[in-house]
Amino acid sequence: MSTAGVGGAGGARVQIEGVHKSFTLDGRSTPALIDISLEVQAGELLCLLGPSGCGKSTLLNIVAGFIPPTRGRVLVDGTPITGPGPERGVVFQEYVLFPWLTVTQNVEFGPRLMGVPAARCREITARYLEMVGLSEHATKFPVQLSGGMKQRVAIARALANSPSIVLMDEPFGALDAQTREIMQEELSRIQRVEHKTIVFVTHSIREAVYLADRVVVMTSSPGRIKEVFPIKLPETRNRFAPEFTHYESEITRVVKEEVAKVHE
Amino acid sequence: MSTVTDLVQWGLRGASQPRRRALALRVGAVLAFLGLWSLASGLVVLLELFNPIFLAGPWLVLGKVVQLAANGELWEHVGATLLRVLVGFTSGAVLALALGLPAGHFRAVRNALEPIVELFRPIPPLAMLPLFIVWVGIGETSKIAFITYATFFPMFLSTVHAVQQVDPLLLRAASSLGARRTQLFVRVVLPAALPEILTGIRLGVALSFFVIVISEFIGAEQGLGYLINDGRNFFLVPQMLGAAIVLGLLGYGGNALVVLVERRWLRWEHPASA
Repeated sequence: MSTAGVGGAGGARVQIEGVHKSFTLDGRSTPALIDISLEVQAGELLCLLGPSGCGKSTLLNIVAGFIPPTRGRVLVDGTPITGPGPERGVVFQEYVLFPWLTVTQNVEFGPRLMGVPAARCREITARYLEMVGLSEHATKFPVQLSGGMKQRVAIARALANSPSIVLMDEPFGALDAQTREIMQEELSRIQRVEHKTIVFVTHSIREAVYLADRVVVMTSSPGRIKEVFPIKLPETRNRFAPEFTHYESEITRVVKEEVAKVHE
Repeated sequence: MSTVTDLVQWGLRGASQPRRRALALRVGAVLAFLGLWSLASGLVVLLELFNPIFLAGPWLVLGKVVQLAANGELWEHVGATLLRVLVGFTSGAVLALALGLPAGHFRAVRNALEPIVELFRPIPPLAMLPLFIVWVGIGETSKIAFITYATFFPMFLSTVHAVQQVDPLLLRAASSLGARRTQLFVRVVLPAALPEILTGIRLGVALSFFVIVISEFIGAEQGLGYLINDGRNFFLVPQMLGAAIVLGLLGYGGNALVVLVERRWLRWEHPASA
């Protein structure tokens, strides 16, 4: 894959083609995703939005290569994926740092696997730790960090590996409201520098409108694409601007229909 | 962060004590125990309760240990026991890791090994000792093989479980950072499983001292177990107690060694206190 390994910034194009996914439970096949086709442009931040259990995380796991689709395929810059790969960095809701490694060692995990020389590793690590504001905590272990700090390390770890795509599975879902907004602002700032292709799973409409170039709303289980909203707002967004709240209420209306279905 | 841990610890075990006071309390408790022991053995003599050789006082025991140490006899026995424990435990650990790591990682290996292990595991290892003697004779080999056999089970099981319970998300995270199969094993599975593997090793060390004594009761001419059994034959209570106490100290030392390794290798679990 041309984009694999440690290269410059910039994103790759992701094509999701006719992806179906069903899980077998007690011998019965239950569909989780039905006919998902989606194209994410290079450098685009796309939010997958939907009620819990709509399969948005499943879709992300398929793009990450953690689980295979039942039908259909995922292409990165035209090449079908066959499993996880370093060109697709992943940020998990549970942070999933390596607890036996320091902050620095966590961040340089990817580059070191790739055989990047030690001096260059140090440079990369220093750069990304600074970007997420954790330079002073470089020698700490994950148990010594707060949730927000852990997620910053996880983001730095993903970016330090120079992926062209970053897949984020409700990364700020476990954080308190204030930390969450700060993290959104930081991600948006980082994205203006890095221009990665980002697929961001969330169930927060505000978060989606704040971050996304496009918001894809999914139906409740089984997951289909319900509606796609291009967000035409300036790069730096104001959560209180009337245009912002307009998108928010419009998407809320569509999402509510789906949430209502779950409770019927 | 640390205040939360302090609170939790406070709630569970009372306020933490300053180090010196804690140490004073520990030393005091040991001295008090020795005092009570002296008092009891003294009373037995004074009040002629029963034959005082049954309850030798601590000074008599200490005297015996010092005497054995001075004439070199003690070190012979300690050396013999330690060598058996060292060789037997090390073989047990190597075997447990060599089989346990793949068994934890690969389902096929686990399915092949587990039924065999489960077949032997419920048999108390001591029940197998006479068989070991019949098979490999009464000499060193049977004693070492017996320790290897007895310590293998807890270390094998904890290794299998440790590897099995490694968080699959860690493996996902590493593979999406570009880790391949071998790298996943060496750089994620091993370090993630290490805490529980070390717990198993600690069990193994304790168990080695447990079983060596019994195998030294039978057909040994050296070793602390022999010293105890010899003491029983000749009614030498101070020798029996002395050997037992030395064994206790060795076991304590063995455990301390593993704790030291844990502190070094698992510093990430409690980095603040290191």
